[in-house]
Amino acid sequence: MSAAVRPALVQAVARSRRRRASRRGLVIATLAVLAVAAFAVTLMAGQTFYPPRDVVRVILGEQVTGASFTVGRLRLPRAVLAVVAGFSFGLAGVTFQTMLRNPLASPDIIGISSGASTAAAIAIVSLSLGGAQVSIFAIVSALVIALLVYTLAFRDGVAGTRLILIGIGIAAILDSITSYVLSRAAEWDLQEAMRWLTGSLNGTAWEQVLPALVALVVLTPVLLSRARDLSAMQLGDDTASALGVRVERTRITVIVAAVGLIAFATAAAGPIAFVAFLSGPIAARLVGAGGSLLVPAGLVGALLVLAADFAGQFAFDTRFPVGVVTGVLGAPYLVYLIVRTHRAGGSL
Amino acid sequence: MTTAHSLAAEALTLGYGDRVVVESLDLVVPAGEITVIVGPNACGKSTLLRSLSRLLTPRAGRVVLDGKEVHRMPAKQLARTLGLLPQSPVAPEGITVLDLVGRGRHPHQKLFSRWNSEDDVAVAAALEATRTTDLADRAVDELSGGQRQRVWIAMALAQQTDLLFLDEPTTFLDAAHQIEVLDLLTDLNHSRGTTIVMVLHDLNLAARYADHLIAIADGRLHTAGTPAEVLTEESVRAVFGLDSRIIEDPVSGRPLMLPIGRHHIRPGSHEWHHVNDGQS
Repeated sequence: MSAAVRPALVQAVARSRRRRASRRGLVIATLAVLAVAAFAVTLMAGQTFYPPRDVVRVILGEQVTGASFTVGRLRLPRAVLAVVAGFSFGLAGVTFQTMLRNPLASPDIIGISSGASTAAAIAIVSLSLGGAQVSIFAIVSALVIALLVYTLAFRDGVAGTRLILIGIGIAAILDSITSYVLSRAAEWDLQEAMRWLTGSLNGTAWEQVLPALVALVVLTPVLLSRARDLSAMQLGDDTASALGVRVERTRITVIVAAVGLIAFATAAAGPIAFVAFLSGPIAARLVGAGGSLLVPAGLVGALLVLAADFAGQFAFDTRFPVGVVTGVLGAPYLVYLIVRTHRAGGSL
Repeated sequence: MTTAHSLAAEALTLGYGDRVVVESLDLVVPAGEITVIVGPNACGKSTLLRSLSRLLTPRAGRVVLDGKEVHRMPAKQLARTLGLLPQSPVAPEGITVLDLVGRGRHPHQKLFSRWNSEDDVAVAAALEATRTTDLADRAVDELSGGQRQRVWIAMALAQQTDLLFLDEPTTFLDAAHQIEVLDLLTDLNHSRGTTIVMVLHDLNLAARYADHLIAIADGRLHTAGTPAEVLTEESVRAVFGLDSRIIEDPVSGRPLMLPIGRHHIRPGSHEWHHVNDGQS
């Protein structure tokens, strides 16, 4: 069939596609460089400044007076968790937003993060569990909540708006349970409470970071392998099926992987407010609507958490947990989206 | 040119939930022709189209493509032979025409494989065939209804299938754009031998453009054949419950259906009247 196509047209198509691909590559590279830079800055700067040389030596395992403790034990796990949690939230968030074709369908809006957070709070504060048990508790709970929201929203297929409204309701219930659990806790600890309410990286230890890091390494390839299927599903379930996507199978794989990312990251850092919700739209603004947003959104998430945590620690008189800073950024965008949706005529 | 494919439904029963929409239906889609499915609202024609293209699993019976049951074929393999444009596909916000058409290449791409020059050629050919080359860098949401429909058809063409199914491709289009879309599909059929199966609402456009016409009533096949065989006063009454007069279309020589309602009937045209009177 291709015999009749003008070579000039084919070249124009190829050129246009390459232009887009190189812009996308540039954005991804820039985001990665910025994330690495932010990571480096968080390791060096703080109450005491350590030069890059000291930081590198600490990372290589050498003993450096002062730096070994401050950088190695305090800053490094915290910065790694910032990257891991940020990437997990960004990736999982944009996955949900793409699959449900709605920026409001992010896991932190529709109750999934709240499910993980409530479970983690109960596990740690009420049941005195730790480590892997908390993660398992969080992931089971997040999956159950995802299933619950999906089932409640299901009627002749899942309608986006209904799912989002039900999810917001469930999130509100879960958040109040979290508050209740924290307020009844014997040893009331404000830092701990803030972690489960808005997300915090304070006092991060390697034991917290590791499960989230492993989850990220395992689940990211699963999601990336479904990136093309997700792009096809943006065109509607019927179109995607016609393009050869097994829609139901893809949906289940993707939901389990994304919920896993959310749950592990939340068990480590709490439900860092709005990172999942914001990263996708920011990434879309940067790379355009054409290609997959998974990697760019993950990088945006990592960058957001690194920057917000740094700002929360040092930009104000009081130290704020990271979730307070991202919350301040995210809330106006949520209002903007709802207002815009309302103007556009009701469908969320 | 395409290879001839045989597609047939055998004792097909379809439904959603408790509701049976199509019951024990047999039909054959002639290879290399344009088949149009017509029928009243909710008669099951879209359901039938969805099932023929594997989107809906049958309750009973089967759809057979080249001797193989389509619901058992690997999804991507089928998608390289059979394409479908649903009634209301969704364009992601801000997506450009080129990107949207490029998504039609999905069944030809392997996991993590890179976009190749074959994809470029297919996209270019699809743009050219639908005359959407000039729109390539525009955002789909900015386009007019007619342009948008052409772009969606281009996406389906980029899929490079020998069979193309379309669910009411002319809905929401004005007269000129309806003809434009149907001419475009006929071009495709003539130049490449693409087998086209579509659902149309407008009986006269169906009779004009179909090689093979299928009338569905109440989930059953009423008649199938050439437009002249299918579009008769009797079948219009049986399928749609509408009295009509069928004349020869002076433009195409195909049958043309003139509906007979309760108003605007020229006095003295008794032979047209009595059909109505007889029923009331």
